[in-house]
Amino acid sequence: MSSATPTIEKPPYRVVGTRPIRPDGVDKVTGRAIFGADVRLSGLLHGRVLRSPHAHARIKSIDTRAAEALPGVKAVVTGHDFPDPQNKVAASGEGTVNLRSLAHNCIARDKVLYFGHAVAAVAATTPNIAEEALKLITVEYELLPHVLDVREAMRPDAPLLHDDLRTNEMGQRAETPSNIANHTRHERGDVNQAFAEAAVVVEREFRTSMVHQGYIEPQNGTALWNADGQISVWCSTQAPFDERNQLAEILGMPVSKIKVTPTEIGGGFGGKLSVFLEPLAAMLSKKAGHRPVKMAMNRAEVLAATAPTSGSYIRVKIGADKNGCIVAAQAWMVYEAGAFPGSPVDAGAGVIFAPYRIPNVLIDAYDVVVNKPRAGAYRAPGATNAAFASESVIDELAEKLGIDPLEFRILNGAKEGDRRADGPVYKRIGFIETAQAAKAHPHYSAPLAPSRLDPEGKNPAIKRGRGVAAGFWFNWGGKSSAWASLNPDGTVSLIEGSPDIGGSRASIAMQLAESLGVRAEDVKPAVVDTDSVGYNDATGGSRVTFGTGWVAWRLGEKLKQQLKARAALLWEVTPDQVKAEAGVFSCNGRSITLKELAGKLDETGGPIVASDTFESDEYGPGFGVHIVDLEVDTETGKVQILRYTAAQDVGTAIHPAYVEGQLQGGVAQGIGWALNEEFVYDAQGHLLNASFLDYRIPTALDLPMIDTVLVEVPNPGHPYGVRGVGETPIVPPAGAVANAIYHAIGARMTALPMSPARILEAQGKA
Amino acid sequence: MQPFAYAAPTSIVETVSLLTQHSGQARLLAGGTDLLVQLKENRRQAALVIDIKRIPELNALSYSPEAGLRIGAAVSCHRICAEPAIRQAYPGLIDAVSLIGGAQIQSRASLGGNLGNASPAADSIPALIVHHAVCEVEGPAGRRDIPAEAFCVGPGRNALQAGELLVAIRAPSPPPRFGAAYLRFIPRNEMDIAVAGAGASVILNEAGDTIVSARVALGAVAPTPLLVEAAGAALAGQPPTAEVIEQAARIAQSVAQPITDMRGTASQRRHLAWVLSRRALEQAVARAQATR
Ligand SMILES: Cc1cc2nc3c(=O)[nH]c(=O)nc-3n(C[C@H](O)[C@H](O)[C@H](O)COP(=O)(O)OP(=O)(O)OC[C@H]3O[C@@H](n4cnc5c(N)ncnc54)[C@H](O)[C@@H]3O)c2cc1C
Repeated sequence: MSSATPTIEKPPYRVVGTRPIRPDGVDKVTGRAIFGADVRLSGLLHGRVLRSPHAHARIKSIDTRAAEALPGVKAVVTGHDFPDPQNKVAASGEGTVNLRSLAHNCIARDKVLYFGHAVAAVAATTPNIAEEALKLITVEYELLPHVLDVREAMRPDAPLLHDDLRTNEMGQRAETPSNIANHTRHERGDVNQAFAEAAVVVEREFRTSMVHQGYIEPQNGTALWNADGQISVWCSTQAPFDERNQLAEILGMPVSKIKVTPTEIGGGFGGKLSVFLEPLAAMLSKKAGHRPVKMAMNRAEVLAATAPTSGSYIRVKIGADKNGCIVAAQAWMVYEAGAFPGSPVDAGAGVIFAPYRIPNVLIDAYDVVVNKPRAGAYRAPGATNAAFASESVIDELAEKLGIDPLEFRILNGAKEGDRRADGPVYKRIGFIETAQAAKAHPHYSAPLAPSRLDPEGKNPAIKRGRGVAAGFWFNWGGKSSAWASLNPDGTVSLIEGSPDIGGSRASIAMQLAESLGVRAEDVKPAVVDTDSVGYNDATGGSRVTFGTGWVAWRLGEKLKQQLKARAALLWEVTPDQVKAEAGVFSCNGRSITLKELAGKLDETGGPIVASDTFESDEYGPGFGVHIVDLEVDTETGKVQILRYTAAQDVGTAIHPAYVEGQLQGGVAQGIGWALNEEFVYDAQGHLLNASFLDYRIPTALDLPMIDTVLVEVPNPGHPYGVRGVGETPIVPPAGAVANAIYHAIGARMTALPMSPARILEAQGKA
Repeated sequence: MQPFAYAAPTSIVETVSLLTQHSGQARLLAGGTDLLVQLKENRRQAALVIDIKRIPELNALSYSPEAGLRIGAAVSCHRICAEPAIRQAYPGLIDAVSLIGGAQIQSRASLGGNLGNASPAADSIPALIVHHAVCEVEGPAGRRDIPAEAFCVGPGRNALQAGELLVAIRAPSPPPRFGAAYLRFIPRNEMDIAVAGAGASVILNEAGDTIVSARVALGAVAPTPLLVEAAGAALAGQPPTAEVIEQAARIAQSVAQPITDMRGTASQRRHLAWVLSRRALEQAVARAQATR
């Protein structure tokens, strides 16, 4: 961890905490920003993918001859065109990825493991020809039995996805193959005894469906495998450096031969941490005589064959004593990994009881493969499922004890020095402050928001309710690099490698501006390719404003030191005699502005640049507490959200508008997950709702204004007190909505989504 | 999407002859809000696409209390909704037509297309049924009328014979004390296809205390939109009370033969058939009473 002076009290910042206009704003609102689809190169070919129509099958043969013979087709690839990488684990976002799995996920070898699994790809002079060529490829399949449900997949007689997968049973590799990739346990104290002695115990089981991030921009990538062996890739990614590593492994080329240029990105939310099309485009480019190949998915492909997040089965049991103190908590969690191991179940295990101080804990977490797409990260991966389960049980406990649900959470809330259920001890955290802020918010004491479905209050079928829930996310540090150069007019060019998904160009630039003493507008940030800046971990784990921001802070400090030296040279004093304050350098009554000094670079020794890197395995935990009012049409099962307030410990809000935007966006996605989003598979394992018509994310008409409360408890591990903010807000909504539905209709909802059909069922109506 | 030939005839005769020549290979294009999506997603194929928006009769929209309503098959939903007299006289149709998509879709989508596409969940069809609408079609053998309730014959299949096209939809002028409504259920507030839909219309007697006649029609609970004649029969001659309406709604529910699919379950749809029929009838009665 790099050293810094922690700032617990918030100093009087000049830039931090203001709301400047984002540097990428004009290009984005005028359509000028360059996205993956805008990449056009001479001689460009268009690639399309042939996908498996089956959930599980052995590929007996693939005949591509007719496709290759079609005029306009320049290359066809199948799994056999790729080297077979070793079982090697590499970083991906804040998690890891097995590169062999990833390679086999990009294009199937001898087996297809899910509906939509890529089997072959074609490059042709037009997209239509490529599409036609797909129809000319003959694949002979031998159908295999498939399994879609995690608990069925755990059974010893379940169809096996991988013959070589053995359960990692708490560190021990099992003898026989299984669909259970991993079992982790966290244990403290004696839960059985504590439950036996508890005054109240609540136990329930919960199910959640596989859901998708629902970003607007589909996966895309353009690749040129040049005749000299240099490979250039332009793609929509959160993780250009991780993707460079992945491509190297999948293509069997050294990283030095690969350059990844991240284009603007139309959303990722964890779904764009790994490659899908890029290796296919690169191999097609090589086979097509080194012509560039562009590929883009359509929406059906995005939904069927990218990286949705796990559905799950979770059992939660929590007990409290008669004073309302939680004495024990137990969870049994099974997450769908999809076709390859690697669900976020371990993150879920860290989240499930995170807000509370609990003496006796037992958590079992299972990662289980099923015949669905390989599960990926989705905004606080694994957390929403977990918090839906635990926060529903917490709510029920509070009710049984007759304690206000927020009061109950405050009473049991974790503080600095408490140990999280899965092990680590908290440093300074702001859970209690956040819960108190929610409790003090006017929303919590106001009458229920007025009905939208029945404004006159005439329809007894319309019932309203309020719910609350808490949530937690780790917020990772990771690695970042950036550099900066001072321009002669006193502005700074900031070169970074963190793709900007949520306004990070602005938040990073502001941290440099603050430490150097210039205006936010005087820093010009640019996100560049992997050859033009040092290594950066993914834009993920809510780490960029924290980690890359840290580098930017230090770049400002470094530029300032050099400028002091230049001023010292002009005044013939030593640099330590020069003071810098708000962009003015002074010494013994003399002063010069930063702009004036920048104009004298040539006279004082030439250009000034600074570069720096950052690495931290520290986490800056963030907590959220949400309040929702909603109404249920008990006759149709439809839920309408009426009012929503999200309070969150955000550390220091560098750019408050973008912090609020993150909270609102997380809540919007959380409400979608809570109410209507789910992958619907038929019995054969075909995804039925692979379109935005039937994969129902909320529209603007389905959401109220989402109020935010920024609770600023500075993170002692960052110079400005930054905590990640982007993921925490998706964690509480499902639990909050479930609790509000309960308070409206008196039924506990134990499955996501809480769709109209499920709400009718819960009332015994359908 | 595969390349196709395109024609834009200006007369019905020309269109019928193109349809006959390219039997089975040609598709009519009105607003294209169904067809173009289906062609792009390879869900339908066409060697020839015939744009019918240049045929004057298909673009004509007229209403008078004497002659009733005549909507050219290619007239956009937006144009229908923009006519105050039509809004007044055909409230059930307006309920349905104003639900079809947002502003962009509204300004393209036609009733001819909604009927032609023959989705079991098409919103306009139950509403047209309760307004006693008929479809005027023309083909090699001349013109004929098909009642709205007989137009669809299966999911995506309609009663048109080879070479026939839909020219217009007619609905009689409503008598005094007429009210109608259409309701659908979707999980969100926009962007969804009806999980279930119900239209209802009633004519009350002069005193307003008896239903003279009524119609109930359902959508998305059977292979085609359904006219529930037994519900109408149960309402005729009865007072418009909650019990009478409830009984008719239960009859409608019993007629529904829904399936489970990604949009909803069979039992949910059966339940909704009852809820929506009841609510549509209540609204139709309230509207009829408001005209007195
Ligand atoms: C975003 C979106 C939202 C939508 N929302 C709804 C909704 O809420 N409710 C709903 O019911 N529908 C909805 N639709 C579907 C569609 O808009 C409607 O079915 C619309 O009425 C179709 O009309 P069109 O003129 O665009 O038909 P087209 O797409 O032009 O044609 C549809 C079909 O009818 C045939 N056809 C067209 N005209 C004739 C004719 N004169 N004679 C015979 N056959 C003909 C065509 O060949 C084609 O098969 C939606 C579509 C979109 C894209």
